[in-house]
Amino acid sequence: MNTVCVTGVGLVSSQGVGRGPHLSAGQPIVDSESFAPFPIHPMPVLDMAPSIPRREWRQMEPWQRLGTYAAGLALADADALARVQGMHLVVAAGGGERDYALDEAILAELPTIAPDRREAWLHRRLADGLRPTLFLAQLPNLLAGSISIVHGVSGSSRTLMGEEGAGAEAVRVAAARVAAGTAAMVLVGGASVAGRWDTMQIFGRALHRGGFAPTAERPGMILGTQAGFVVLESLEHARARGVAVLAVLRDVRVDAGEPAARAARLAAITPPGPSLSLAPHAGPGLDGAEALGDGLGAGLEAAFPVGVAVAAARVAAGGGRLSVQGFGHGMAEFSAILEAAP
Amino acid sequence: MNDPMLDHAGRPRIVVTGIGMVTALGMDAATSWAGLRAGRSGIRAITRFDASAMRSRIGGCIDLPGDAPGRPLSAGARVTELAGLALAEAVAQSGLPHPFPGPLSLGVPPFEVEWPLRQQALERAAAPTHRSLAEAMAEMPEVHRQQQVVAPLRDLARRFGTTGMPQAVSTACASGASAIQLAVEAIRRGEADAVLTGGAEGSLTPETLIRFSLLQALSARGDPPEAASRPFSLTRDGFVMGDGAAGIVLESRAHALARGATILGEICGVGERADTFHRTRSSPDGLAISGAMNAALADAGLAPAAIGYVNAHGTSTPENDKMEALAMHQVFGPTCPPISSTKSMLGHTLSAAGAIEAVICLLAIRDQTLPPTINQDDTDPALELDVVPNTARPVRGLRAALSNSFGFGGQNVCVVVGGA
Repeated sequence: MNTVCVTGVGLVSSQGVGRGPHLSAGQPIVDSESFAPFPIHPMPVLDMAPSIPRREWRQMEPWQRLGTYAAGLALADADALARVQGMHLVVAAGGGERDYALDEAILAELPTIAPDRREAWLHRRLADGLRPTLFLAQLPNLLAGSISIVHGVSGSSRTLMGEEGAGAEAVRVAAARVAAGTAAMVLVGGASVAGRWDTMQIFGRALHRGGFAPTAERPGMILGTQAGFVVLESLEHARARGVAVLAVLRDVRVDAGEPAARAARLAAITPPGPSLSLAPHAGPGLDGAEALGDGLGAGLEAAFPVGVAVAAARVAAGGGRLSVQGFGHGMAEFSAILEAAP
Repeated sequence: MNDPMLDHAGRPRIVVTGIGMVTALGMDAATSWAGLRAGRSGIRAITRFDASAMRSRIGGCIDLPGDAPGRPLSAGARVTELAGLALAEAVAQSGLPHPFPGPLSLGVPPFEVEWPLRQQALERAAAPTHRSLAEAMAEMPEVHRQQQVVAPLRDLARRFGTTGMPQAVSTACASGASAIQLAVEAIRRGEADAVLTGGAEGSLTPETLIRFSLLQALSARGDPPEAASRPFSLTRDGFVMGDGAAGIVLESRAHALARGATILGEICGVGERADTFHRTRSSPDGLAISGAMNAALADAGLAPAAIGYVNAHGTSTPENDKMEALAMHQVFGPTCPPISSTKSMLGHTLSAAGAIEAVICLLAIRDQTLPPTINQDDTDPALELDVVPNTARPVRGLRAALSNSFGFGGQNVCVVVGGA
């Protein structure tokens, strides 16, 4: 089995862009107004447009742009922009985003339409009002498609859906393929935009309300805009092409099962030693760990790739060994170890 | 060297020990396959919602007891129900116990809050705004429970007792094939002896039908509905959406034989290529899709001549069928093996198609019968393909078949299926 290492990291969060702003726990940056009653950790000030051709930009929604941008950061960080042909891609994504103005216009008018005519009226309104390319900006696998188109990644492309557990499973599958020698290089990650009413409608019941509160003190999530991509390759492959190894990635573990036993499942896969917790809200594994969510918020599909990217950046800066561990707000428990290269 | 448990590359051979299929032609694999062999179309007028304002008013519909007029099941609920039927059929045939001794990997569509639910929330909302809807939906427990994208997989994993984190795989119209690929790889790596895999689709909802129409992807024909899906014909003008699901139990050959299971067939190889050209169109050189076909053959250790049948992606769009024909000739030369599109009868089942069509390949080999492409009164001669027009064809010596799946977003996956 190959030793799997991280050679590039692409990170975006409310704390900033790249490895630097993520090397220590920063002060939380929270917007409690724009989506009240739900606070968010917002998108940082960032001009992504120069990195994405205009023609592609127009066909994406913000979460796809954010992910495509972060994927590019990881490729550049790994000095791999010229190695994209044949590179494999695994993405965790949730998709969605709607034409909010169109929806609200329909919602306002709908009650004025006679009940027996509403269904046909609604369908006609949608057919007349929806922008054709919006569909492509909503499909989860089109983040991977956009990365292939913008950056030329052309080996394989797989997208896993399903909140936090999908992000962990994406990294697990990517690392397993490098370990088994069936993929030389894999780009893996995810992106999530916090300020979206469609996700707040789905997750509203699981969201914290009001102002900021630390992870350990809130039963609900504060969503955070996050994107994390990492380039994985074998230690041998990285050394052969003369690129710096940021960290070795070991023991990516993902589990799921009955909610009552989740603390036990998480404990069973959590290694001893210093760790970053990816807990989206109060729950197991926070004692003695740094809660990454305090500064970054909850990142859904992006949470685990972001955690791996942050831990790799910190190991690259300070050496040693750091684990990431946590759980999804709905299901899944996950962990991984990042350590300095031998 | 010639260990019968290992393939040409020294990896565990992957066999199929259970299949299940739910389509517009039948609620199980046997009925669906009988309909396909008879060249019957499952395409009909949509009745579970008002499609009168739609450009496309037909589909490969599987209406379920939960469908009420004007309030059809949501996409997520339909996926869970159809997948449940197909997976249960596959598990029962495999004879594997409950809980299922391995993970679940399923091609499924994305879904979101649909208009009937949005209207329910509107009735409770203070104002017709997304903010008010969010506050209203936060008081409706079923929204969070059912609308997480993981919900169908969570419920199916619990029902079948599969291990670990279930995979909800999305590579658009290649999702079912990608799920099979992830399952094959997990067994080859030794992570599992058995995997429950397949694909399910329930996106035939008003808004998704409208969105595909706006992309000019759907057939504008509709009278009669059965004639609209006409892959490889001169008058093909788009695809027809279909509901459906397939379940497949995969095991290492060693695991299956050790427990005395009946082997139905084999997944000999899987290949893929991502296209970097365009979101909805293949690169005009065809190399991303022929590359995926060649990669599958190489993974299976087979020469093109070993393939006796190809189940086409064959969506019936002008673009797809032309590009698929080009890629076929790149792989097979001037004379290609027979290729048929069962989407002519089932419609395009999107996330389920790759899994349904792998099952169809397996049944074609078992029964030495190629399912037809129907509606072939004007087959496009420029494609130079034998599309098995209109009626099923008995064959002899069919040992391996190729199933093609090409997704929006340039995600191309091909599966080589072998006989028992």
